[in-house]
Amino acid sequence: MSEEPLLYTERLSRRVKERFLVEDVNLSLYAQEVLAVVGPSGAGKSSLLRLINRLDEPTHGTVYFHGRDYREIPPRELRRRVGMVMQFPYLFPGTVAENIRFGPRQRGVELSDADVEALLERVGLPGYGDRDVSQLSGGEAQRVSLARTLANEPEVLLLDEPTSALDEAAKAGIEALLREILATGEFAAILVTHDLAQAGRLATRMALMEEGRITRTGRTEEVLHAYQILS
Amino acid sequence: MLTRYFHDPITLAAVQALIAGSLAFFVVFLSYKLQLRMERDISIALVRGLIQVVIVGMVLLLIFQEPVAIGFVILAAMMIAAAQTSAKRARGLPDAFRVSLYSIVIGSGSVLLVAVAIGVIELKLSALIPVGSMLLANGMNTASLAFNRFRGEVLAHVGHIDAALSLGASPRAAVMPYIRAAILASLIPRVDSLRSLGIVWIPGVMTGMLLGGSHPVRAALYQFVIMSMILTVSALTSILAVLLMSRRIFTPAEQLILRGGQE
Ligand SMILES: Nc1ncnc2c1ncn2[C@@H]1O[C@H](COP(=O)(O)OP(=O)(O)OP(=O)(O)O)[C@@H](O)[C@H]1O
Ligand SMILES: [Mg+2]
Repeated sequence: MSEEPLLYTERLSRRVKERFLVEDVNLSLYAQEVLAVVGPSGAGKSSLLRLINRLDEPTHGTVYFHGRDYREIPPRELRRRVGMVMQFPYLFPGTVAENIRFGPRQRGVELSDADVEALLERVGLPGYGDRDVSQLSGGEAQRVSLARTLANEPEVLLLDEPTSALDEAAKAGIEALLREILATGEFAAILVTHDLAQAGRLATRMALMEEGRITRTGRTEEVLHAYQILS
Repeated sequence: MLTRYFHDPITLAAVQALIAGSLAFFVVFLSYKLQLRMERDISIALVRGLIQVVIVGMVLLLIFQEPVAIGFVILAAMMIAAAQTSAKRARGLPDAFRVSLYSIVIGSGSVLLVAVAIGVIELKLSALIPVGSMLLANGMNTASLAFNRFRGEVLAHVGHIDAALSLGASPRAAVMPYIRAAILASLIPRVDSLRSLGIVWIPGVMTGMLLGGSHPVRAALYQFVIMSMILTVSALTSILAVLLMSRRIFTPAEQLILRGGQE
């Protein structure tokens, strides 16, 4: 990969009270690729994604997006272009359609019914627009959460354990959906997961994170192999 | 010798201050000549000192000339105490004292001024202090309720707020539902007491006036005036307190600060 990365972190760190949650992380993300970040619980994977989304402020280091220090980009624009899907859907009370419209509305864009329906079809929930979010299953809610992020037309997707709160059947469904969406090549993605098999199925490259640091990056099989020897 | 030309003691004092001040500015000039680099500090100190001391003099003048003015001074002190009280309720919220103070001063101060201007509150100590303190105490209670509820709502919805920010929402938009909930919750007691006025209870002011032999209709109307002023003060104070606070729970880079121990 000789071209410029779409996004890269430079010694990205966050320290809270003398303790590094994320320490000196240098990662690159190229257009269209899916980078999996794996590692034990508490390693700082969620903290890393939050830093890249600038939901938390780095205490050292920074992130470059399209070659620009992300602190020069207005936070709202950055978060829209580098979208995040969290472990829990955190849907807003109301209908599915209202949730889908939320992001674009923040910058004065009102999605038409057809736009909303197209997004819902994309995540396998055609006709769900008028449903109240309180009546959705866990898997459906996570699909709405994904559609809500896609509505912002992000260039990068940050996926934080998108299937870990779901039962086996729903998990398989969401994984298949993610595979389909990532295969379009519209997005570069960082996928945090503790499901190594899932990482192997979805990612093109992998990074191993331990105690706040990236200890290994490389082709998926190589890192998987190293991680399995470790654990 | 100045006394020969200026008979009015205030004019005399002003001229004396002017001359003394000019002498001091000679020091500034010296500082400039000798490159002591103190001219800025000295000038600012001189002007500040003059302004401060004149303000103090004017406040004292009000107090000496017009005993009613003492009422405003006492009310101001009460507002500070009230702000401290409701700031205590806002433990964990940043800058709480200042936010309470601004909202209580503006919320109760504005209504108080209008009330005095339209003659609802007579300009005498015996009216100003009790009615004024009643208004600002209500503002204080409402601010406390609003802070408490706002903090609770935000802490219970950290994930939703992060999700909204992550979707490109402004901090204001991300916490708007909780701003609304806090303001509404803080006003429920006020709205309820207005709604049940006369049916469930006959409040203190009216009772007092009736016992004092006032015309019942006049007493009733006055009670209504008081109640609507209380509602207005409460609403203004609560809205200001929550809006001002809602900005302070985010960093300049629009990140939520108020998030409890973990998460
Ligand atoms: N705001 C915070 N203040 C202090 N410590 C925190 C904060 N947020 C997270 N931590 C701690 O930082 C460490 C890393 O947390 P993080 O959630 O990033 O790990 P993770 O790799 O995502 O774990 P998991 O796989 O369980 O999701 C944990 O020990 C956590 O307790
Ligand atoms: Mg995590």
